[in-house]
Amino acid sequence: MIVRKALSGCFTLFLMCLSLLASAQQQNTEKGPVNEFFRSNGKIYVVVGVLVIIFLGIVLFLVRLDRKISKLEQRQQP
Amino acid sequence: MTRYWWKVLAVLILLYTIIAGLTIQIPMIGTNAESSRGLFFHVPMWIAMYTLFTISVVNSLLYLVKYDLKRDVAASSAANVGTFFGVLGFATGTLWATYTWGSTLPTDPKQMSTALALFIYMAYLVLRMSIQDIDKRARISAVFNVFAFALLIPLTYIIPRMVDSLHPGAGNTPGFSKDDTDHHMMMVFYPAMVGWALLGVWLYSLQMRYRKLELKNIFGNDRP
Repeated sequence: MIVRKALSGCFTLFLMCLSLLASAQQQNTEKGPVNEFFRSNGKIYVVVGVLVIIFLGIVLFLVRLDRKISKLEQRQQP
Repeated sequence: MTRYWWKVLAVLILLYTIIAGLTIQIPMIGTNAESSRGLFFHVPMWIAMYTLFTISVVNSLLYLVKYDLKRDVAASSAANVGTFFGVLGFATGTLWATYTWGSTLPTDPKQMSTALALFIYMAYLVLRMSIQDIDKRARISAVFNVFAFALLIPLTYIIPRMVDSLHPGAGNTPGFSKDDTDHHMMMVFYPAMVGWALLGVWLYSLQMRYRKLELKNIFGNDRP
C-alpha cells in the first residue's frame, strides 16, 4: 500500500518534470511584472527564491515527521 | 492551532528573515561589505545553541533531583540538537572569516574557545554512547552536562570579551548594542534570533518524542 502510494507520487513528480522540461525549451525573454522583478537588483531575488524554496521544503519535511511521530504516539496509547 | 502556533510563528519569522536579510539596504563597511548579512544567519545559530543547552542543563538538574528518566531523554536530545546548531554556527563562522579576516581559522580567542566548548559537548554525547546501563548513563551524563554548561558560558561569553578578539563586542571592538549597529539590521537580527531558537526547540522536541517512543517499554504506558 505504502509502496504503491510512493510509486504513484514519484510518477506524478516525473510527469511534472517532463512538462517543465517541455516548457523550458526556449529561453525566457518575456517581459512582465514577475520577470522584471526577478531580474531587478542584480537578480538577487532569484537567490531569495532559491532559499525560500529550500526552507519551505525542509519545513514540509519537518511537518510530515512531526505528524508521523504524533500518529505513533497515539497508537502507543493504551 | 493552540498547540503548534509557535511552530507556525517560527516558520513565518524565518521566512521574513531570509527574504529581508538578503534584500534590505545595509551599510557597506570595510572588508565586510555585503557579508555583514551573515549577522542574520550566523549569530542566530549560537542563540539556538544557547537556548538548547540551557534546556539541556535544566533537564539534567531536574533529573538529578528526581531521577526521572524522561528528564534524561530531554537533556540528551537538547544537547544533541544544540551541538548540531553549534557546528553549523562554527562552519558558517569559518566561511565568513575566510573572506573577511583573511583566514579560515585565525587565532581568534572566541573561535578557539567556542571550538573547545563544542568539543566538551561532543564528549558528552560520546560519554553517553559508552555507557550501556541506562540509569548509570543518565546519572553520569547529567553531572557531566552541568559541568559542560558551567564551562560553556565562560568559554564562549566571558573570556572572549575580556581579551582582544576579531569578534565584535570583545576588547576594543564595538559590540552589537543599539548604538553601533544599523537600526534596519536590528529589525531583522532580533526576529532571526527568536526564529532560529524556536526552530531549534522544534527539532529538539521531535528528537525527544522519537526517543521516548523508542524507550516506551521502559517508561510504561503513562503519558509522556
